[in-house]
Amino acid sequence: MTSPGLRRKHRQDALRTVAFLSPWLIGVSVFFLYPLISTVYFSFMRYDGFTPPVWTGLKNWSYVFSDYPFFWPALRNTLWLVIVMVSLRVVFGLGIGMLITKVKTGAGFFRTAFYLPYLAPPVAATMSFVFLLNPGTGPANNILGAIGLPQPGWFNDPAWSKPALTLLALWGIGDLMVIFMASLLDVPLEQYEAASLDGAGAWQRFWFVTLPNISPIVLFAVVTGVIATMQYYTQPLVAGKVASGVIGGSGQQFEPGYPEKSTLTLPQLVYNLGFQRFDTGGASVVALVLFALAMLFTAILMRRRSGFLGND
Amino acid sequence: MTSTTLTSPVTLSTAGREARRTRFLHWVAVHSLAIAAALFFVLPFVFVALTALMSDQQALTRDLWPDTWHWENLKTVWNTPGFLTWWKNTLMYAVLGTTFTLVSSIPVAYALARFKFRGRNVALMLVIATMMLPPQVVIVPMYLFWAKELQLSGTLWPLIIPMAFTDAFSIFLLRQFLLTIPKDYVDAAKVDGCGEFKALVRIVLPMARPAIAAVALFQFFYCWNDYFGPQIYASENPAAWTLSYGLESFKGAHHTNWNLTMAATLLVMAPVIILFFFAQKAFIEGVTLTGVKG
Repeated sequence: MTSPGLRRKHRQDALRTVAFLSPWLIGVSVFFLYPLISTVYFSFMRYDGFTPPVWTGLKNWSYVFSDYPFFWPALRNTLWLVIVMVSLRVVFGLGIGMLITKVKTGAGFFRTAFYLPYLAPPVAATMSFVFLLNPGTGPANNILGAIGLPQPGWFNDPAWSKPALTLLALWGIGDLMVIFMASLLDVPLEQYEAASLDGAGAWQRFWFVTLPNISPIVLFAVVTGVIATMQYYTQPLVAGKVASGVIGGSGQQFEPGYPEKSTLTLPQLVYNLGFQRFDTGGASVVALVLFALAMLFTAILMRRRSGFLGND
Repeated sequence: MTSTTLTSPVTLSTAGREARRTRFLHWVAVHSLAIAAALFFVLPFVFVALTALMSDQQALTRDLWPDTWHWENLKTVWNTPGFLTWWKNTLMYAVLGTTFTLVSSIPVAYALARFKFRGRNVALMLVIATMMLPPQVVIVPMYLFWAKELQLSGTLWPLIIPMAFTDAFSIFLLRQFLLTIPKDYVDAAKVDGCGEFKALVRIVLPMARPAIAAVALFQFFYCWNDYFGPQIYASENPAAWTLSYGLESFKGAHHTNWNLTMAATLLVMAPVIILFFFAQKAFIEGVTLTGVKG
């Protein structure tokens, strides 16, 4: 039924679309789809990067899950970070966001002060915190000692290394602060007034007005926080290296996770297996586990927040 | 809290005083909390800066305040062999990476926001999937590709070249913004005889300036802060190191000198913070855009 003119128009539209999309079509094929398929392939191969790959079936998989000493500690640490670090970040981010919407005097100063640490480059911020929290001479323990509080070993104590990383993550709360601030300002004022007229106190107004209004943003913060935890690499690695004293550029080998595997995360395992132990197969297995976890939470994010894609 | 329904002049004025008092106490409570929070956010910078200016010996003590001010520490770090090279490499990575990302991602974001075509939702899902993907997932084959096939390890090109083929986060953020621009503007331009590409360049880009600024800033910061990329591709060749990667080895070479290490840390933080003060508005708008729009 379509006229030749209309068909030509369709073909032109298709060509135009492909032209606009071409940089992405190449990018996603070469830098995502191809390496992803290749990773699946390598997960069934024994390959050290020098001799040709050999088929080994599920050997890499069983090695990673039952013999590789770093896998389960890394997964446990990830779980810890998801439960403690992510939820503390959301609560603290919301608190700081609420505080900044209430500040009347010097609002600009406070906003900048609260936001700035988020911008500190991760390596620089981590090194600063290893210094600030160093058990011997660090200012933090210095102050804690002066007011008679216990002085933990922070990055040098397996029980305190993750809390220390959590402190570092709370310091860089700026992104969540801005997002919560914007959503808090969007809550209709009439709802607060109506609640006050009904005799609601501050806590009830928060529970019955604020929270329901911003709950999509809370969910967004939680899920993106979990996804960020799957990518958590630079801070735990640099903290472990600097605190242990094993650093230096190339050549020097560093067993990740100092102290006692307490700062291991999944992305570090890909590096450890693939680039320190030359075990391409094992690295590919961990990469696929990481891929599955990241996609799982991304799917949750897109499902629960249909507006995430926007409507047109 | 205060009732103003019954009005004898006396009760009104006491009620007013009461309300003022409550408001004042509220003000004091909020601002005390804000000051406490500000200390938590600012003190780390202060202690790092103070330590950076101490003498070598004093930096090893528990002192918080420098006895003598050693501004020359900053110069010592600046003149450390390699530091200037890392600086140049980082700048090259950030400037080229940002430019490539913008040029390649804008048309894609525009197509995903405006054109109707089969597979558009699949394309969007792929963009979001790649955006959420930890870079470590595909690093093994990517390294083999760049190092074995193209012999480019020991340089930053394996990090810069892919940005000429778009960046998922930038596409996503730009698209979110482009959706908010009314279609009528483009249609009007087309009636005036503009093609789709011309309409994009002439009409849409000027309107999308805040989003483009935000994407440019984010990408610049990403490159500046990147540690994993340079670790994988550049670690074997110190001449290709970036600041983020080199900073760590600086600590290795000066392991007893917290003062010099903190001075180096400050010099790595400074440009990002200065850039923020110049572009504060664009930045905050960008962060908001990622979380709230849509």
